[in-house]
Amino acid sequence: MNNSLIPFILSFLLSQRLFRFSKINNYRQWEKWFSYARFFSVFLFAAGLILKASNTTQWMWHIFLVSLLLFTFQQKEMQKQRMYLLAFAPYVVVSLLADLTRVIVTDFYIRWESYFGNAVMLSIIWLVAILFSQYRQNKATEKERIRRQKEDEINRAIAIRKVELEDLVTERTAEITKQKEELVQTLNELKATQAQLIQSEKMASLGELTAGIAHEIQNPLNFVNNFSEVSSELLDEMAEEQKKGNTEETAAIANDIKQNLEKIIHHGKRADGIVKAMLQHSRSSSEIKKPTEINKLADEYLRLAYHGLRAKDKSFNATLKTDFDEAISSIDVVPQEIGRVILNLLTNAFYAVSEKKKQLEKNTPADGNQAEQKSYNPTVLISTKKLNGKVEIKICDNGKGISEDDVDKIFQPFYTTKPSGKGTGLGLSMSYEIVTKAHGGQLNVKNNKGGEGVTFTVILPVKK
Amino acid sequence: MLHLPSFCQLKNNMKIMKILVVDDEKDIQPLFEQRFRREIKNDEINFVFAYSGEEALDCLKDYKHEAVLILSDINMPGMSGLELLDRIKEKNHKPPPVVMMITAYGDEENYKHAMKLGADDFLTKPVDFKELKEKIKKLK
Repeated sequence: MNNSLIPFILSFLLSQRLFRFSKINNYRQWEKWFSYARFFSVFLFAAGLILKASNTTQWMWHIFLVSLLLFTFQQKEMQKQRMYLLAFAPYVVVSLLADLTRVIVTDFYIRWESYFGNAVMLSIIWLVAILFSQYRQNKATEKERIRRQKEDEINRAIAIRKVELEDLVTERTAEITKQKEELVQTLNELKATQAQLIQSEKMASLGELTAGIAHEIQNPLNFVNNFSEVSSELLDEMAEEQKKGNTEETAAIANDIKQNLEKIIHHGKRADGIVKAMLQHSRSSSEIKKPTEINKLADEYLRLAYHGLRAKDKSFNATLKTDFDEAISSIDVVPQEIGRVILNLLTNAFYAVSEKKKQLEKNTPADGNQAEQKSYNPTVLISTKKLNGKVEIKICDNGKGISEDDVDKIFQPFYTTKPSGKGTGLGLSMSYEIVTKAHGGQLNVKNNKGGEGVTFTVILPVKK
Repeated sequence: MLHLPSFCQLKNNMKIMKILVVDDEKDIQPLFEQRFRREIKNDEINFVFAYSGEEALDCLKDYKHEAVLILSDINMPGMSGLELLDRIKEKNHKPPPVVMMITAYGDEENYKHAMKLGADDFLTKPVDFKELKEKIKKLK
């Protein structure tokens, strides 16, 4: 029995091992064979037990084990299992040799029996050691395999996720592109609206100017008419004096007529200039910089703004002060644009002083203390100054001033403190754009010291 | 202020009518001087020109009540013609000077306001000099 237990265990284990290996690697044919080998080992063990023919079964075991080893050793597919085969081989060989020696040269065997026993024991130890090391190696390999598998799984998951993300990105990109297109369209619409608003702001300020322009044209026209009439009369007089032979008087009258003609030319040009300025003001294109006399431009728009307001509000009045630095020669600007800025700042200044006056009138009821009201003198000062490489235009009023909150927002589009319908809220933001963007200058606002009114400062660079 | 010296020289000659013209348009001076060329030459009228309300008040202060007629524009920067009118009438000059208002805006509101303040007459620009001469003749 002892003789057949170890071969049984070994052959069963080996067959089992090879069977599983074949199964894992899907070697159907070998799987079947090793399954048979397993059953055979069980059958052989059982036969040995039942028949008690240990001698017979012993040889059977030898044949079975040797053939199993040799058979397996020859198969290419089983190369990976050679370590097992090598583990089993010493035992199979040693035990076969021991049995053969025992049968063939019994004396020799008996004499050396302990050595044979030891050899068998050693082969078993070898087997156990190899199996053990194989077991450990397998475990490590298995661990490694599991790690790889996990890694693969992660990689696969990542790949899947990547594909998903790519899909998502494509989707999002399409969405964003669509949104971008919509935004571009909206932006274009906004630009168009802005252009319209700018045009309407121009037209609004032109409307404000109309009355001023009418007044400004009316005055020179009156002079043209009056001087023409008087010249015509003077010519009659001159003819009379000539008849009388009064040459001195004739010469004097002729001189007067000449002066009158000069006046007619002067006022004709003045009206012409105003009409041109008006046309330029309403024009949306033609933004070409040309040498412009800033003082003259400021003076022109001061009159236009003042008379424009006067014509609209007859009770309005203010003292106009000018302080022009004669050292300023022409500088390159777009005249109608800078004119619009000056006009806008002046209109605001006039509005501020008239508001303050109205406030004072409200606060002091009729027949009340009118001292303050009387002493308030609405004043708007426009001054120019030549700085180093720059020209400064200051518009200063003694109006109601601007609160600190408003100072920060004053150049924002659509920001206005005027009652609805009175201002577009675009004047100052447009002025700001004109000065800073189109002319590379600065536009600042500051409350005056002492808390009376504000000063707007336009600084324009002088470019040669 | 150019004509103040002549104004001074002539201030004792009571036959000469003194007219103070107030307007911010400086060319009003040669225009008046030529329109009233004959009257000036014949020493019938003497003109003084002021280019703002403030200047006009200074003129009146310096030369007492010698101006018999004041022709004033309404629409002037600083002190307006109406304010000037108010000041003149307020001070009760005796004899009171005749004040005629001249304005480019011949509207009801300005007219009523001027009349309320005691304006003696109201003319619109462009000035009809024939009419003005008639009115001056009547004053004499």
